[in-house]
Amino acid sequence: MAGIKEWSDYELSLPGNAACGGCPSTMALRTVGKALGENAVMIMTPSCAVASIGLLPKSAYDIPTLNICFAGAGVSASAVVNAFEIAHEKGRFEGEVPTVFNWTGDGGTYDIGLQSLSAAAERNDNILHFCYNNEAYSNTGIQRSGATMQFAQTTTTPGGKPNPKKNLAQIMLEHRVPYVATASIADLQDLYRKVEKAKAIQGFKYIEIHAPCFTAWKFAAADTVEIARLAVKSGAWLLWEANEDVITFQGATKQIAEGKKEPEALEEYLSAQGRFNKLLKSPDREENLAQLKADLARELALIKHRAAFKG
Amino acid sequence: MGINTNRTKLDTGNNACAEAVKLAAPDIIAAYPITPQTSVSEKLASYVDEGVLHARYIPVESEHSAISAVAAASAAGARTFTATSSQGILYMNEILHYTAGGRLPVVLVNVNRAINAPWCLYVDHQDSASQRDTGWLQLYAGDNQEIHDYVLLAYRTAEEAMIPTMVCYDGFLLSHSMLPYEPIEEEIARKYLPDRDPDWCLHPAYGRKTFAQVTPAFEYSEFRKRLAQESALALDVIKDRGAELDALTGHNVCSHVKPYRNEDADYLIVSMGSMGVEAEMSADILRNQGIKAGSLRVRTFRPFPAETFVELIPEGTSVIVLDRNYAYGTGGGIILQELKEALYGRKVSVRIAGTSIGVGGMELPAQHMADTVKDVILSAWNDKI
Repeated sequence: MAGIKEWSDYELSLPGNAACGGCPSTMALRTVGKALGENAVMIMTPSCAVASIGLLPKSAYDIPTLNICFAGAGVSASAVVNAFEIAHEKGRFEGEVPTVFNWTGDGGTYDIGLQSLSAAAERNDNILHFCYNNEAYSNTGIQRSGATMQFAQTTTTPGGKPNPKKNLAQIMLEHRVPYVATASIADLQDLYRKVEKAKAIQGFKYIEIHAPCFTAWKFAAADTVEIARLAVKSGAWLLWEANEDVITFQGATKQIAEGKKEPEALEEYLSAQGRFNKLLKSPDREENLAQLKADLARELALIKHRAAFKG
Repeated sequence: MGINTNRTKLDTGNNACAEAVKLAAPDIIAAYPITPQTSVSEKLASYVDEGVLHARYIPVESEHSAISAVAAASAAGARTFTATSSQGILYMNEILHYTAGGRLPVVLVNVNRAINAPWCLYVDHQDSASQRDTGWLQLYAGDNQEIHDYVLLAYRTAEEAMIPTMVCYDGFLLSHSMLPYEPIEEEIARKYLPDRDPDWCLHPAYGRKTFAQVTPAFEYSEFRKRLAQESALALDVIKDRGAELDALTGHNVCSHVKPYRNEDADYLIVSMGSMGVEAEMSADILRNQGIKAGSLRVRTFRPFPAETFVELIPEGTSVIVLDRNYAYGTGGGIILQELKEALYGRKVSVRIAGTSIGVGGMELPAQHMADTVKDVILSAWNDKI
C-alpha cells in the first residue's frame, strides 16, 4: 500500500468547488480520486456532492461524470461499465477498461436508490459503489434518512427520529458480493487502502464512508474530523471490511471488537453535536441512551457473529 | 408493398421487432418483463445467450432501471435498446424526460396497452400518447412490416437528430399476431445503419467532461429551446431517412401519414396504429353507401406532421378523428387536439370532430367503425348522409 507521501498528485475535486468548507464528502472524494487514478468515470445522483460541482459551464470535478436521476445509481454504473466492456471487446477502445464508480449520499443509497443498487449487487456487476453517509438528506436541508441515528433531530423529525437506522452495509454483504467495507473520514489512509483493494476486485464492491456533516449535525466545521474519530471510538460507527466473505476490523473498532478496549462514552460523541439536544435534555434521557448503546452493541455483536460464521 | 414473396416470413409483431433489433446490433439491452412486450426482450436475451448478437443483456429489476440503464449506456457511447408497455412506460416517465434532455439517442419499443386503473391487458394508446411531451420522437406502426422497418428507421433518426425515438405498436393485435413481413437483409441493414459513432461519450478517451452540474436559467433555457426546435426539425430526418430505407428495401412503408382514397374524399377518417386497416375498410363500406370517405393513418405522431396534414386535407373536407385514447377534460382524444392545432389558421373550411373508441382493447370491426364515423358526422354536423 502506498504511504500518504506516495499518493498521486491527481486532484479529482478542484479548488474552488462549491462545497461547504470542511465538507466531509469532498475530503473523502479527494482520497478516492487519488486511489482510483485517472482512468475512472463517476456516476452521481442528486446530492450535496452534485451541488458542489458548481454551475455550468464550470465544473469542479476533473473526471468524466454523469448525474443520473435519484433512483438509478446502481443500474447506471452497471450500464456504463457494460458499455465500456463491450466497446473494448469490439475494439473501439484500447487499454484498461475504466473503473466505473458511484458517488452517492445516504439518500441515493439507503432509500430512493436502494432498489436499483440491490439489483446491481445481485447481478454482481463490475462497479464500485460509494455511499458518503452523512446520516441525513443534507442537500435538501437536513431531513431524516434511513441512515439517520435514532433520536437525532432533523427537519422532518424535529422531536428526534423515532426509529433506528438501517444496517445497510450488512444488507449489502448479504447480497453475497465480493467486497463490502465501511470507512470513515477519520482515517483516510484506511479509506485509501480499501479503495485500492476494491479497484482490483472484479464484481460488485460497496464502500460506505462515515461523513459527519457539520451543518446537519450542528457542530463547528473545524471539528469534522474529530467528530468522525469520536464516532469510531465510541462504537457509533464501525470500521470493517468483508473481502470474499473474510471479515476483518480496523482502527478503534478492531480493539473494541477484540475486547482490548471499551468503547469511549457515547455521551461525549452525542453531546459534541447539536442534533441530540432533545435526547440529552429529555426526562427519558437515561432510558433512551441505554437503548442507543444497546443498539450499537447489537450491531457490533452481529458483525462479530457474522465474521465468525463460516457458511 | 413491394414485397418479394420468396423472402416473406409469417411471424408475430414482437418477433419482427426482435429481428430488427438484432439487425441494428445494439451494444446494451435492458428491459423488465411486462405483457405484451415480454417476448421481445426474451427473444433478445436468447440472441445474446446464443452469441448471434454481440451485446450485453442487463436483466434489470424495474422499468425505471431499464430506461436508466439505456440512458447511461448511451451516454457511455453504446447503441442501446429497451422495450416496455403500459405501466412500464409510465414508470419510465422521469427518465424519458432525462433521456431527451440529455440528447441520448436511445431507441425504445412500446407495445401499446391500456393503463391501470382499472387493470387491463389489452390495447389502447394512452400509455405512449400520454408521453407526448417528454421530448421523444414517436412512430406508430400499423402492421408487422412497419414494426420491423421502423426499428431501423428509429435508430437512424435518433442518432442523426440526437433525440431518443420510440416505436409503438398495438399489443396483441400486432405483438402476438402472425402477419407476413419481409425481413430486411443484413447487408442492407449494415449499409443503412453502420455502428454508432458518438461525438462525445463518458469514456475517458474522450476527455474529462461532466454532465452533472447545476445549469443556470439561461443555459438551461437554451438547452430546452434547442430540443424543442430540433424535435420539430426531426420531421425531415424521419422523412428523409424513411425514404432512404424504402429505396433500399422496396417496402414503401415510411411516410408521416398513410393516405387511402383521400383524393376525392368528402370525409377523412384519421386514426393511428393497426386500427388504420379497419379505417380503410370502413372508408370502403361508406363509399358503398354513397359517402365519399377516405383514411389518413398517423405513422409519425411526435413531432406531429402538421404540414403533411395541411397538404392531405383539402379545403371543404370534413375530418373525423378516431382516437384510441382520451385527452381528459377536452371531450375528445389526443390526436383530435393535435390535428385541430395543426389546421388552425391554415384551413378556413375544414371541419373536425372526433371520438375515442377501441379503448382497453375493445374490438373495432370495420362495420362498427363505419357506423361510428356516421354517428360523429350526424352528431357534430347533422349532415344529410
